Amino acid sequence: MSLAPTGQNATRVDLLLVADMIEKGARVLDVGCGDGALLKTLITNRGVDARGIELSQAGVNSCVAQGLSVIQGDADTDLAAYPDDSFDYAVLSQTLQATRNPRVVLEHLLRIGRRAIVSFPNFGHWRVRTSLLFGGRMPVTENLSYAWYETPNIHFCTIRDFVDLCDTIGAQIEDGVALNGHGDKVGLKLPWAVWNLFGEQAIFVLSRRR
Amino acid sequence: MSAALDSLTNPEAINPSSLVVRFGPDKPLMLDCGVALTPFQIAYQTYGTLNADKSNALLICHALTGDQHVANDHPLTKKSGWWLNMIGPGKVFDTDRFFIICSNVVGACMGTTGPASPHPKGEGVWALDFPVVTIRDMVRAQAMLIDHLGIETLFCVAGGSMGGMQVLQWAASYPDRVFAAMPIATAPKHSAQNIAFHEVGRQAIMADPLWKAGHYIEAGVRPEKGLAVARMAAHITYLSEPALHRKFGRKLQDRDAPTFSFDADFEVESYLRYQGRSFVERFDANSYLYLTRAMDYFDLAADYDGVLARAFKGTKTRFCVVSFTSDWLFPTSDSRAVVHALNAAGASVSFVEVETDKGHDAFLLDEPVLTATMNGFINSAARAHGLPGARA
Repeated sequence: MSLAPTGQNATRVDLLLVADMIEKGARVLDVGCGDGALLKTLITNRGVDARGIELSQAGVNSCVAQGLSVIQGDADTDLAAYPDDSFDYAVLSQTLQATRNPRVVLEHLLRIGRRAIVSFPNFGHWRVRTSLLFGGRMPVTENLSYAWYETPNIHFCTIRDFVDLCDTIGAQIEDGVALNGHGDKVGLKLPWAVWNLFGEQAIFVLSRRR
Repeated sequence: MSAALDSLTNPEAINPSSLVVRFGPDKPLMLDCGVALTPFQIAYQTYGTLNADKSNALLICHALTGDQHVANDHPLTKKSGWWLNMIGPGKVFDTDRFFIICSNVVGACMGTTGPASPHPKGEGVWALDFPVVTIRDMVRAQAMLIDHLGIETLFCVAGGSMGGMQVLQWAASYPDRVFAAMPIATAPKHSAQNIAFHEVGRQAIMADPLWKAGHYIEAGVRPEKGLAVARMAAHITYLSEPALHRKFGRKLQDRDAPTFSFDADFEVESYLRYQGRSFVERFDANSYLYLTRAMDYFDLAADYDGVLARAFKGTKTRFCVVSFTSDWLFPTSDSRAVVHALNAAGASVSFVEVETDKGHDAFLLDEPVLTATMNGFINSAARAHGLPGARA
């Protein structure tokens, strides 16, 4: 699942922010862990018991060769085997849009983890909108670098779409961050509409609604 | 044991040219079938040195037709050890850091008690009077050896195919004695297709008139034809169509045109016949019956109400599961079942499916991804177990 459509720097910021949201010593499952950058950060800096799932053989090989507990698997098919509440956090970074069934994946994350941390590229960002509005073409930007016919990202959504899905499946939004194109946070108190326009990517911390 | 019998049976079966530990009547091997096997001996090899606190022991479990000669020349065939590419100074199983043990399984024919061993009552060998053994019996025997060596916890248990079954059984039976486990190209249960292939092999052996209802050793003969056919059929399952095609295609053997006969016209026929012939030099036909049976009976979940995850409940062992894309004998779905069960049990598990066209036998070959995976896993496990890291 090393399908992250974001550029290198943006991804690093994203991972660091995710890492900051996780308590020390927690149990973490990173779904779509790529080359293991987040797992490595969590283990080294936060003493976390971290496990990963990754689709690409190159990613898994790199992780296992570094001694990380990572299995080759697919968010769409392999989450069902994990019992309820088996992790404190289930993380899905920059992968939701590449899954076949984002809703089911999200429901599994909320079931497996006490909290789910989900980051994704915002298809409602103004640059995406202007590309489609004025260019009349599917957007290809630095962070969304694939042409439509070869993109692994088959389920794009906007921040507002995501918030709606959370509502539909009974997920409580505990925390959220939107990052602009420079990797800076979009003001916290601003309404969704502003996030949706200026956030190039978003990170949400979710829990099951009680 | 009469001198006559001694000359008929393979000497390695009785007095192996490896280390051997003999257990007397006070220490029988308690088998799943209810029999207390005695006297009982285990033939084994070791490489490297056991450290002072006995924390660096690594057990290798061999496959169906393997044996304890994992990293030294075979006493009968003179060929190099079957996992020599993995074992040695600086290799994955680093003999500079680890104490490596490999023992012949119970029921085999290279020095551990099996059907070719002397019958405790009477003149001949056990033959078919030998009790049917299971994978769990093999592991129980290995645990007796580990006890004998004074080792409490194995740093790692590793093996492929039937060896991988033993690894899974070790982790399930003795979770506190296994720090790390590496089941490779294996399955939590033997499939119907695999049982079917084994049955073909067994029937080939039993159809050979020289098998003599299992009493060929006393008769001074060997069912070589039957055993060779069994090996040939099995060998096909260890490869893959692409590998056979790459290696042989439809190439003819030392000739320019078909001979319009049943001679080995094709290279692939010649190769299989050679595999059959060389196998009978080193393997006992009855052992082949017993060990294939042990694999057929293997169904780890069955001992845990059919729920595989329960076999690993609460395990602290860290696992590294490996499968190969072209392995149709133990396909990736089998390994994935193990991984899912381990996930459900909350175990620490790594899993890699190695892309190769070499089929089931890939686990014995130089596959760079396999080596890198095993290296990464072993070295991180070593660090976690307080053992030295790899040489830079």
